[in-house]
Amino acid sequence: MVPASTPSFSVPEALRKEGLSQGDYDEIVRRLGRPPNRAELGMFGVMWSEHCCYRNSRPLLGQFPTSGPRILVGPGENAGVVDLGEGQRLAFKIESHNHPSAVEPFQGAATGVGGILRDIFTMGARPIGLLNALRFGPLEDERNVGLMEGVVAGIAHYGNCVGVPTVGGEVAFDPSYGGNPLVNAMALGLMETDDIVCSGAVGVGNPVVYVGSTTGRDGMGGASFASAELTEASLDDRPAVQVGDPFLEKGLIEACLEAFQSGDVVAAQDMGAAGLTCSCSEMAAKGGLGIELDLDRVPARESGMTAYEFLLSESQERMLFVVAAGREEPLMERFRRWGLQAAVVGRVLQENVVRVLQHGEVAAEVPASALADDTPINHHELLAEPPADLQAHWTWSEAELPPASNAGGLEMAAGPLGWGDALLRLLDDPTIASKRWVYRQYDHQVQANTVVLPGGADAAVIRLRPQQGEGAMAAATRGVAATVDCPNRWVALDPERGAMAAVAEAARNLSCTGAEPLAVTDNLNFPSPDTATGYWQLAMACRGLSAACSALAAPVTGGNVSLYNETRLPDGRMQPIHPTPVVGMVGLVHDLTHVTGLAWLQAGDAIWLLGVPLEENGDDRLGLGASSYLEVVHGRLTGRPPQVDLALEGRVQGFLRQAIAAGLVRSAHDLSDGGLAVALAEACIASGLGARLELPAGASRPDRLLFAEGGARLLVSVAPAQEAAWQAALAEAGASVPAQLLGTVTAESRLVVARGGQPLLELAVEQLRDTYEQAIPSRLRKAGPPPDR
Amino acid sequence: MTVGIVVFPGSNCDRDVAWALEGCLDIPVRFLWHEERDLSGLEAVVLPGGFSYGDYLRCGAIARFAPVLEEVRTFAERGGPVLGICNGFQVLTEMGLLPGALTRNRDLHFLCQSSELEVRPGACRWLAAYGAGERISLPIAHGEGRYQVEPEELQRLEDQGSVVLRYVANPNGSRGDVAGLTDPTGRVLGLMPHPERACDPITGGLDGRRLLASLLG
Repeated sequence: MVPASTPSFSVPEALRKEGLSQGDYDEIVRRLGRPPNRAELGMFGVMWSEHCCYRNSRPLLGQFPTSGPRILVGPGENAGVVDLGEGQRLAFKIESHNHPSAVEPFQGAATGVGGILRDIFTMGARPIGLLNALRFGPLEDERNVGLMEGVVAGIAHYGNCVGVPTVGGEVAFDPSYGGNPLVNAMALGLMETDDIVCSGAVGVGNPVVYVGSTTGRDGMGGASFASAELTEASLDDRPAVQVGDPFLEKGLIEACLEAFQSGDVVAAQDMGAAGLTCSCSEMAAKGGLGIELDLDRVPARESGMTAYEFLLSESQERMLFVVAAGREEPLMERFRRWGLQAAVVGRVLQENVVRVLQHGEVAAEVPASALADDTPINHHELLAEPPADLQAHWTWSEAELPPASNAGGLEMAAGPLGWGDALLRLLDDPTIASKRWVYRQYDHQVQANTVVLPGGADAAVIRLRPQQGEGAMAAATRGVAATVDCPNRWVALDPERGAMAAVAEAARNLSCTGAEPLAVTDNLNFPSPDTATGYWQLAMACRGLSAACSALAAPVTGGNVSLYNETRLPDGRMQPIHPTPVVGMVGLVHDLTHVTGLAWLQAGDAIWLLGVPLEENGDDRLGLGASSYLEVVHGRLTGRPPQVDLALEGRVQGFLRQAIAAGLVRSAHDLSDGGLAVALAEACIASGLGARLELPAGASRPDRLLFAEGGARLLVSVAPAQEAAWQAALAEAGASVPAQLLGTVTAESRLVVARGGQPLLELAVEQLRDTYEQAIPSRLRKAGPPPDR
Repeated sequence: MTVGIVVFPGSNCDRDVAWALEGCLDIPVRFLWHEERDLSGLEAVVLPGGFSYGDYLRCGAIARFAPVLEEVRTFAERGGPVLGICNGFQVLTEMGLLPGALTRNRDLHFLCQSSELEVRPGACRWLAAYGAGERISLPIAHGEGRYQVEPEELQRLEDQGSVVLRYVANPNGSRGDVAGLTDPTGRVLGLMPHPERACDPITGGLDGRRLLASLLG
């Protein structure tokens, strides 16, 4: 029986609350053949939000390459799955929890971790690693310090307790993230079931089983909330932030994996954004069947909840299964053993509807396809040419920099600045500096498979040893590498090049450990697409991501889109974030004995630069435009990022991986923020060894040599014993892989760089390390009261 | 010989201990679910790291009522060797098998890093393979590892040689730099650092091997 047909509520007010337009409402009425009731309208509100249906970004996401020989599951399921060979398969995905973290950093970040883990184990994979990409406003502002402390503590709370190591990540700072921090969490999992568990409902009459935690009023309307901009009033939306229970999730992981192995579960969907509404309609729509859900049987945390509240609750640690008929009792017993709720709450219907019963009546009845298929698309006009302000930035050239010389440094208005001091300023930039304060709060070793500790290499490496069953007690020789990257300054100044660079850098980071890049999960964090610039940024970034993923043979297996990341300032203006397309990439390490770190290993080793050589003046693949140097030392966020040469990236990275596999390379580190000088400093800091370099004399400015960014570049150190084999490999590669000998690793703990016989900089490694390690802690001490002793 | 590893719903280092014992050192293990009572045939019992029952109240405060721990207490009273690592150490103090308590770290943060330790094995059978005053390095990973005890009690513990592991650079504010403690019999050892994370050359150092392998000798 269809519910009442005359709205008993104010439609305009309800539409506003659900973030729907009048056009959406008309379409809902058309699809239902009648006006929706309040609960139904709420279901459409969440299902048609950007968070759930990508209504702004979908036309752009279609261009991503999504298939390849190793891709087993691409976009559309809870997570992507790649084939690692030897019978092993890896599930992985990234997801944002930006808006909740802005309002309640601890729980917002914690539940972000919980949510991404569920995406992984819902597929039948045991989570084996977590990474995160974080963005905050400058630490000089106490509020940003509070946000960072809360977010990091929240991630630590959840990840540490649930027993999944947090093995890597990135943290960057910019004023644009002040009111709107970014919290992206990525998880990796190793499949433990023979069949990948999918979400489409199967088998008319099969019971629908609810497991996990109870349903309460927390997290009401989180998906809609996540799809609107933040204001001061957003703080009143704290009830839209959920509360996580990692202990419960730990049991849920174990019980779910046991249940999937039993073969009794025929479909599974976690309850994340939009809770029961989303899981029921996705399962029904994907299976081409229907689901009947009886709310009276849903384990509730509190009494008196309305149908609307049940359907829209985002209480955490819940899953919905379709179970083989007759197997529900033993299945539910597994969950009760772990102290979890388990109840039959419905059944699979032939008819393609989501029917919701409460108190013996139909509380909502919506065709599943009406909710989940052909969801509305917001069409936007793409600017014909780049926005005027960007074009103005692109006119910047090195000629605007103050005069400089090799020995005299920079002639700044305030007086001369030596190159050593310029390097120290960069190492003191929290975006570049050591993130030890952050990662020491994360258990990065639990599960006993962490091969590279944070800070040890350009990417995390986890051994592929199963936690359970066959192979758990056998020595494993292969690993998986993972990284998250986004040069948001570049993206802000050229979204297409910046997005390409994000992919290129992620692949380079994996290659530096020796891993072969396999696939990408992307998290598109952007401001509102409703402005011409906002949509242009999104469109150009998607174009760059697509081109780079195709060129580097790393298909996209899914991800997350987070729009409306902007803050309404008290004066009414909007502060948009830097567009931040975070690229999460996974790679395969064929032989763990060859995993390569970024630290020098031995004095006397030769230091080589691969990629676009120094002194290629005028080469637009390399430059100071949009560089960290320009921003940190000169206070200018301007210029155009360099061209990204994807073909060169592919060749350099491929060469490096072969050299690592052949045992020719002792260390490898990519050049990123701060260019050559920062990469050298990091290799010194990580090892305690020094380096002595003689750079070629030439016409280009010394700062271009030291701090330029771009150019598919990386540093390697090569042992004298391997010199001949290394030279032979280079000779074979020829001009396709430019390489330049720059200097030697030294036992003396100093970084010494000269050029054409003139000194550029000379610093003790201890001083480099102090600056690099203290940048974040010293700002935290200044901003807040000292911790309680 | 077989070593039992207690598994609470929130244990998360149980499999790591199994990997170190069985995978790296060839010592067979048996998992003991928290509701079990059968400890027959076990040479030793390990309480692994993790969050026992979520530890929302106080680390190990609920765990001490677990059925399996009644048997572990009996096992210890009969002279069976018991090792509590991290959360396991917290549980041993809650059970009263070891004195004192472990509270929130001094700077209130969870700490995951390597820690240098000084070993004073005394009569502790788990540490018999280490020299007196030997320095070793083991990882720590805890939010509540700050050892607390009354000064007089600490003095008594020092005097009877119970403080068998001490931080060289105290990371968490522990009284007396205590990182590990044994009971008067030397058969019960509780420590915050993770020896099972230092048994496998691919993932870290090897300083934990002798501790876990002591059961073989």
